[in-house]
Amino acid sequence: MKHYAVCRLLQLLPILFAITFMSFAMMRVAGSDVVEQKIENRGNAVSQEVVDAAREELGLDKPFLTQYFTWLGKMLHGDMGTSYVSGKPVFQTFLTKLPGTLLLTATSILLTIVLSIPLGILAAVRQNRITDYIIRVFSFIGNSMPNFFVALLLMYFFSIRLGLFPVISTGTSMKSVFLPTLTLAIAMSAKYLRQVRATILDELSKEYVAGAKARGIKFSVTLFRSVLKASLVTIVTLLTLSIGSLLGGTAIVESIFMWDGVGKMAVDAISMRDYPIIQAYVMWMAIIYVVVNLITDLSYRYLDPRIRLGGMKQ
Amino acid sequence: MTQEITVRAKKVKKDHVKARLIVLSILVGILLLAAIFARQICPYDPYAQDLSISMQPPGPGHIMGTDEFGRDMFSRVLIGGRTSILSTLALVLIISIFGTFIGVLCGTFGGFLDSLVMRIADFFLAFPGLVFAMAVAALFSGGIINAVIALALISWPKYSRVARSQTLANMENSYIKAARLSGDNSAQLIFRHILPNILGPVLVTAMLDIGTMMMELAGLSFLNLGAQPPVAEWGNMMSTGRSMLQIYPWIVMSPGIAIFITVSLFNLLGDTVRDYMDPKNSHSR
Repeated sequence: MKHYAVCRLLQLLPILFAITFMSFAMMRVAGSDVVEQKIENRGNAVSQEVVDAAREELGLDKPFLTQYFTWLGKMLHGDMGTSYVSGKPVFQTFLTKLPGTLLLTATSILLTIVLSIPLGILAAVRQNRITDYIIRVFSFIGNSMPNFFVALLLMYFFSIRLGLFPVISTGTSMKSVFLPTLTLAIAMSAKYLRQVRATILDELSKEYVAGAKARGIKFSVTLFRSVLKASLVTIVTLLTLSIGSLLGGTAIVESIFMWDGVGKMAVDAISMRDYPIIQAYVMWMAIIYVVVNLITDLSYRYLDPRIRLGGMKQ
Repeated sequence: MTQEITVRAKKVKKDHVKARLIVLSILVGILLLAAIFARQICPYDPYAQDLSISMQPPGPGHIMGTDEFGRDMFSRVLIGGRTSILSTLALVLIISIFGTFIGVLCGTFGGFLDSLVMRIADFFLAFPGLVFAMAVAALFSGGIINAVIALALISWPKYSRVARSQTLANMENSYIKAARLSGDNSAQLIFRHILPNILGPVLVTAMLDIGTMMMELAGLSFLNLGAQPPVAEWGNMMSTGRSMLQIYPWIVMSPGIAIFITVSLFNLLGDTVRDYMDPKNSHSR
């Protein structure tokens, strides 16, 4: 298992490498370089000599690849440069924003699990009956609404009409985390619920279920002891895979609810053209991607004895 | 006897799906016509400002009310729909053609190109697209065309995936071998035999993709990375209306409901096309 984990990690390294290269290249291609950006943002005129000196100091006169490896080396030491706007180190800024996003992600996943797994199972068990239809209609509606619209609707009804929750989150209290969580969980549950339902239906159509029924085993026993256990691999995989998309989706929701997290930081940085911060955000997403993939693979092996005992071959 | 019943049940189901397909196609057709002729059918000039009638709630005359500049919301939703729907369709058209082309090449020739493209596809399928689109759109600065390019750059691999696996499945068939034996070269093979056979699944993927792409495009505009004001687009209309949600909710609700209805229609049509093409995959499963 340990050996396998290391193998997978090594396979994911090139991907991380490619992402760092792409994000560096993208920011360079963006046109104006750091020095021009800084001058632009400060808004005062500077002579050409000062610009040249600044460029030399930052290593911008060197070839592209040299610049890239210097940048990469610094980044590995946690030095991601300074924000063009605030002038603060990017890494520190990032660290202060991280807990907010992690909290929001955790609560959203929790709510998604609580909502979608029981509903998915219920819909599968009651296939083509009224309960199933109602659940599916809700899932369809959730799938057809952009999350920023869901966010604004929830804000309108819960905050403005009913006054239950603050319109703009103030700190990380239970009250202010609720609406962003609900927004993210609605979108994610709508998708995930369908997948859970399909997985369970697939499992229910297998012969052993009929066999168990014929032998007089109670349906609830079959469902919870066998069907759920067998479906678990798929359910967990799909869930971890959706964590990636969830983290991507937090950007809009965070900025709507003024939730002080990494996503809002990125949206703000984009509107200010604060490239070091955008880079940090892309890197963060890349790391998440790699970690989530690794966890998915490992949980596969842990949950499915066929894969666990099958050795290294994929 | 039982066989007869199953056949009949299948036929009833197929008829039912066909009816649904026709109804939904008509509805989507109306929507498309409304988008194409938005300029001709909108009751007021969507860009004409009249501050004396600003912020009017929905009522007779202005069925969706007016915005902060006194512009008629219904006309703006119509013209915004033109931007949203037509750019989404253009986006899906571009990525489905390009992605399919690459996928077919991968499936037919294999080798290094194949493994490279598939690794790229793996990456984009798992990586949250909006994040990359955000970064790309940030580079290009706003504008709906740039937003379409940003989304196109990251969304084509899913079509390559579908086209590749379909191509590989088709390559096994004996008619392909027969065509090869009768002297068809690769281009003939692709255009005469493979493409016509894989169009179905690609079409279904594209139909189901329209809703998602529309929401992502609107999302980019909502973040001011897509269509820029004063150009009306559903996402940026909601973005500007967001600060007025408390007192003038209709400015957010009208384009929001329009997106919801449009995406629902396209999703329903996509599901129905899938059921129609492949009854095994019926959505009740």
